[in-house]
Amino acid sequence: MADMPANGKQYASEEQIAYASLLDQGMKIGFVVLVLTFIVYLFGFAAPHVSHEELARLWSKPVGEYLKATNTHTGWSWISMIDKGDYINFVGIVLLSSVTVLCYLRILPIFIAARDKVFTAIAVLEVLVLVLAASGILVTGH
Amino acid sequence: MPWWAWPAILFVVSFFLGIVAVLGGVGGGVLFVPIVGGFFPFHLDFVRGAGLMVALAGALAAGPGLLKTGMASLRLAMPLALIASASAIVGAMAGLALPAQVVQTALGATILGIVVLMFLAKKSEYPEVAAACPLSSALRMNGIYFDVGASREVDWKVHRTGRGLMLFVGIGIMAGMFGLGAGWANVPVLNLLMGAPLKVSVATSKFMLSIVDTSAAWVYLNQGAVLAMIAVPSLIGIMLGSLVGVRLLKVASASMVRKVVIGMLLLAGSRALLKGLGIWD
Repeated sequence: MADMPANGKQYASEEQIAYASLLDQGMKIGFVVLVLTFIVYLFGFAAPHVSHEELARLWSKPVGEYLKATNTHTGWSWISMIDKGDYINFVGIVLLSSVTVLCYLRILPIFIAARDKVFTAIAVLEVLVLVLAASGILVTGH
Repeated sequence: MPWWAWPAILFVVSFFLGIVAVLGGVGGGVLFVPIVGGFFPFHLDFVRGAGLMVALAGALAAGPGLLKTGMASLRLAMPLALIASASAIVGAMAGLALPAQVVQTALGATILGIVVLMFLAKKSEYPEVAAACPLSSALRMNGIYFDVGASREVDWKVHRTGRGLMLFVGIGIMAGMFGLGAGWANVPVLNLLMGAPLKVSVATSKFMLSIVDTSAAWVYLNQGAVLAMIAVPSLIGIMLGSLVGVRLLKVASASMVRKVVIGMLLLAGSRALLKGLGIWD
């Protein structure tokens, strides 16, 4: 096994192995989706919301100006533009950004079963932090 | 230039940064953000968004192997990552709210600070930890791994956990604000302050970035600061470069590469600082 230590002994805990296995699968799926969707975008197989030429004129602007000029909204509004070449890429990006939450949810029952109250609490709090970050509630701008 | 020229150049530069990052033992983000932010036409908002995706992708790719071999420790990472990921949200929000010139100046100063840290910071292969502190004992932040180089099992424990947790507040804020990843700060805190063996520190730091950078990446993503045309070529370029870098690792001169990395950071940090101050636009 490529991921076993050189002496063949297992040093990782049950929750660590469970976390690593899910992380491995999620990361690979995310990368494949990201590359495939970028090919769709790059070669124009799906029309983008912001054309390549317009993007090149606007990428030097602050994000606020870019959003205004392209009539793009923040948060999860990209879902309504999932058929656009530039937003289809977000599927892969979101997969890569979500895999950690899924890994924490995977190991939570292991901590609960072991009656490890402190790490159960840490895992729950981490999930809440990541969900809060992903929620789009936290809005800011220049 | 045609629209595709800058993404193509970005891909090539990211590829070389990936090679240098592996050879120099630094994360891709710390080279990517100041260099691309300083010398490419992209606004710093989008560069930081891409930088976080680059650091996140590298950490996600390395994480499973590091965890399965027991080099990275989930129990060591989880409490620290909780503090750092919450702080990274604050850093990301502050970074997107502050004027770009202020962030650019602070980024330059931080990069130059990292150069000083790389010059001065010592590393300890197996730090002496006489006794685990009460907090790390309660959290069972300890472990055992097989050191291939030394052909033996290494038992480890940590101390000064409270101080480590406090420092991770600052590390998280900087990771989110500048989109740097934060291995350059994680490793000294884990290794020199808390007393984790160097290999455990490096592996756990790399794994932790997958958690900390996730929270900051979501803030940038939700604010529209992740552009696929910038983030994806960077990410693929760095990943491919890292693969080549790993192969070159056996033949490259470590001290020479380290000098190149420090030189690149010095140039990029100076450029960011002077750009932020309006001296070198």
